[in-house]
Amino acid sequence: MGTTLAEKLWKDHLVRKGEDGAPDLIYIDLHMCHEVTSPQAFEGLRLAGRPVRRPDLTIATEDHNTPTLNIDLPIADETSRIQINTLRKNAEEFGVRIHSLGDADQGVVHVVGPQLGLTMPGMTVVCGDSHTSTHGAFGALAFGIGTSEVEHVLATQTLPLKAFKTMAINVNGELPKGTTAKDIILAIIAKIGTGGGQGYVLEYRGDAIKKLSMEARMTICNMSIEAGARAGLIAPDETTFEFVKGRPHAPEGADWDAAVEYWKTLTTDEDAVFDTEIELNASDLEPFVTWGTNPGQGLPLSATVPNPEDIADETDRVAAENAIAYMGLTPGQPLRDLQIDTVFLGSCTNGRIEDLRAAAEIIKGRTKAEGTRMLVVPGSARVRLQAEAEGLDKVFLDFGAEWRNAGCSMCLGMNPDQLKPQERSASTSNRNFEGRQGKGGRTHLVSPLVAAATAVRGTLSSPDDLEGAVAALA
Amino acid sequence: MEKFTTHTGVGVPLRRSNVDTDQIIPAVYLKRVTKTGFDDALFAAWRGDPEFILNQDAYKHGSVLVAGPDFGTGSSREHAVWALNDYGFKVVIASRFADIFRGNSGKQGLLAAVVSQENVELLWKLLETEPGKEITVSLEDRTVTCGELTVPFEIDDYVRWRLMEGLDDIGLTLQHEEDITAFEATRASWRPKTLPAKTEPKVEIVAARPVD
Repeated sequence: MGTTLAEKLWKDHLVRKGEDGAPDLIYIDLHMCHEVTSPQAFEGLRLAGRPVRRPDLTIATEDHNTPTLNIDLPIADETSRIQINTLRKNAEEFGVRIHSLGDADQGVVHVVGPQLGLTMPGMTVVCGDSHTSTHGAFGALAFGIGTSEVEHVLATQTLPLKAFKTMAINVNGELPKGTTAKDIILAIIAKIGTGGGQGYVLEYRGDAIKKLSMEARMTICNMSIEAGARAGLIAPDETTFEFVKGRPHAPEGADWDAAVEYWKTLTTDEDAVFDTEIELNASDLEPFVTWGTNPGQGLPLSATVPNPEDIADETDRVAAENAIAYMGLTPGQPLRDLQIDTVFLGSCTNGRIEDLRAAAEIIKGRTKAEGTRMLVVPGSARVRLQAEAEGLDKVFLDFGAEWRNAGCSMCLGMNPDQLKPQERSASTSNRNFEGRQGKGGRTHLVSPLVAAATAVRGTLSSPDDLEGAVAALA
Repeated sequence: MEKFTTHTGVGVPLRRSNVDTDQIIPAVYLKRVTKTGFDDALFAAWRGDPEFILNQDAYKHGSVLVAGPDFGTGSSREHAVWALNDYGFKVVIASRFADIFRGNSGKQGLLAAVVSQENVELLWKLLETEPGKEITVSLEDRTVTCGELTVPFEIDDYVRWRLMEGLDDIGLTLQHEEDITAFEATRASWRPKTLPAKTEPKVEIVAARPVD
């Protein structure tokens, strides 16, 4: 019997097989750090007198806490400032490369890694952030870890891990115009639930996945964690190689040839068997939005707010009742009628150049709805520079949107970019949890296209609601 | 890490599914650089509600949390575990846990006990009928006892062993340092290194300013 891609990656990083029920010891190729989940790990090393084993496989950036305005001034919030300064001091003391606020390579850690060419097929990638699953888009085994594990990787460059189960998610068919990778992953999570992926590495497969750009593949793998999965994977192909080639850390010459030769072996064997398989027809999809307070509570935009009474399972029914109350909705209300206060375009899910281009294409020549605010936060400083080189900043500014510096921003509201209580957002980020974007804030997860159309109309909308918008899409 | 064999304490019924890490500890509390002092942050958004379970005298000093399925979904923040520990919780019982949360618990001596949803319902009823009732959790026997009711729980054998021995993972791994060094010698030269740092040319980043 053949092996799956996930199993191949596991085998190629096996330092030591666990005995008597002990976990396997897995080697980590790349460890990314940020200010929030690393301070206690570095402190642990200091207390134990341990060095960072491989500073040359470690990189740090500042993203979760950083302001997106006035980045040349001292950070106003004292606790944020202390946390950032702590990361800078730790990086210096332990010899770790860091890209700080104001540096051209600063940005959301999951945007920075791929952009520097540090994320490649066939690697193991970890970070103290659950959205590390993003890097699985390259055919790398990539997953989020807690702070104890951050310390473990810093000290040993390995992790003791129990083998994962494997799940194939087959997405075939033609994705309709105006429908995107974000809609695919929201539909998958709605289908399998927020716990559906627990214990699994998901491998996204099928025609519809193969046709996607790297940016779109990253959007899908990014949200694997929202289905509870440990990681998401897409087998590398020419699209992947093309993306990596020529980036600052991409292999060159003979190393490139050797790498590509190996990367081409990174596919699931024809006769391999997954523990579970799921099918999704991309042709049936339409723009998807969430109505509730977990990413599994999503529906097509054309649907109405569900009635909890129609939900048979008691746990799900109570969850729906709580969510509807928190979100200030009424069962039966059309999702398209919902008035949106703030549109957030950004995050490690949808803060890459392609996402900004897509949104700009929709709003170009149109006017922003009165009373709706639009915040555009590029995923990294380089994405911001690229967008400016293409004139996208002008499109956003002319439209009436705010054009910010890079960071996690309103995705999780650790910096000043937060929703006010009861404020309703259409957000291209990944989590609609209660209070995620600010205490009492109400989040609807959407694609960049839906975000842009919503900013034009002021209510949850898709490009279909704007004359000529779908036809104009590339 | 302290050794964990058995624990007895007040059970707290939390009738909610998908208690995500943003509920356990909102992101604004993640700015501290220490591992302790997070007790006030636990369930911060809900603590303002006088009706919330932990604001009721009988449950206030609880140490065994009995929650709905998919507890700990969302972010990788270990702060969620630190906050539960700081508040005084020793055990969380649920029918399903998010993988990262469960992993983090095991590293910090918080027992994440998997009990079937049917039995969680029974525990909820007992704890709600008699607020302040104690629960005994035996890691040795893998059982949860509440009054007359004793139900089994599941936990990974290795995690159980580590909790019972109070062992530190890094110390265990470093016993195999030779294996790590040997593996490193076999790594292909194309595998990227972060140092020396390579980047596109450095460009000045203009600071965005507030509008209005």
